[in-house]
Amino acid sequence: MAKRDIPEINAGSMADIAFLLLIFFLVTTTMDTDSGVFRKLPEKPDPNAPKPDVKQRNIFEVNINRFDELLIEDEPAKITDVRQMAIDFIDNGAGRSAEGKICDYCEGAKEESSSEHPAKAIISVQTAQTTSYGMYISVQNELLAAYTELRNRYARKYLTGKYRGLSYEDLLKIQKADKENLDVKAAIEKVKKAYPEILADAKPIK
Amino acid sequence: MSKFGKKKKDVPAVNTAALPDIVFMLLFFFMVATTMRETTLLIKAPKLPSATEVKKLEHKSLVSTIYVGKAKDASGGKGDKIQLNDKISTVNDVTNFIYSERDKHDAEEQKAMVTSIKADIKTNVGTVSDIKDQLIEVNALKISYSSGTGDVSNNFK
Repeated sequence: MAKRDIPEINAGSMADIAFLLLIFFLVTTTMDTDSGVFRKLPEKPDPNAPKPDVKQRNIFEVNINRFDELLIEDEPAKITDVRQMAIDFIDNGAGRSAEGKICDYCEGAKEESSSEHPAKAIISVQTAQTTSYGMYISVQNELLAAYTELRNRYARKYLTGKYRGLSYEDLLKIQKADKENLDVKAAIEKVKKAYPEILADAKPIK
Repeated sequence: MSKFGKKKKDVPAVNTAALPDIVFMLLFFFMVATTMRETTLLIKAPKLPSATEVKKLEHKSLVSTIYVGKAKDASGGKGDKIQLNDKISTVNDVTNFIYSERDKHDAEEQKAMVTSIKADIKTNVGTVSDIKDQLIEVNALKISYSSGTGDVSNNFK
């Protein structure tokens, strides 16, 4: 019997099949990167710890009722006002910090009724049980934005050395690219120390 | 001149034999990069709030996600539902959920673990606050309120 040649399989359409699969995966791929508003919860309070003595002037009270209406320092307010009001409060700097230092970088009005020092200024958010989560996040976002704005300003003005003139957000970007960089870490710590984030959540009113 | 004319005539066809290879390479990339949704949502897909101060979550394996939203149909009852892994749970299950998530990682990684709360914008703050209390109880203090990027004015009404 004569040896017959086995014909070669035509691979011309392999590319078509591969393309089809490729397009399927291209369409179904969701490169969903989860993003969100980062917060650090307070540690479990020690029942034996003495109650901290906080003056009323150092507390910035934000109240959201169950109809999502805002009350800031007992005055009705709009969400768009929150950021500026928080900045004015934190940046007031009328008195001294716990270590007895005056706030020489504050640019606030130095009013007697507002906070003494950024390190003492506490922002307290009080909600009702049925306040909507969207509103709550909006307020949190505005308050965090206030801190970011103040930190940016501080970083631009007072940082020296190689990070001179950069904003706080720039520093965070540098840190993200280079996690081991100790210089940038120190610079961030310095800015954070000038305007520490003190956000407290009060228990929702039932 | 005739020399140039001759050359033009027999331009060889472009060899496309390597085309499948290239396409396969791309195909494998997308197959590997694709993450099929791990948990099926038992609640109505939450409409996440939008915010401007968002940070991206890194190290996906270190993120434990808690979903909060309304039940899919009326039979599920009213009120906010909490979904952990693949089942609807109560607030009291949050502690066990965090413990089981922690067990998957070693001690060094546990410090970097983040809890992502994916809650619908219409959720009650009370529900989220109860979850936070449970998280404080088990010392899972790093949280992220999952939200998209955008203006906050979309968050209410």
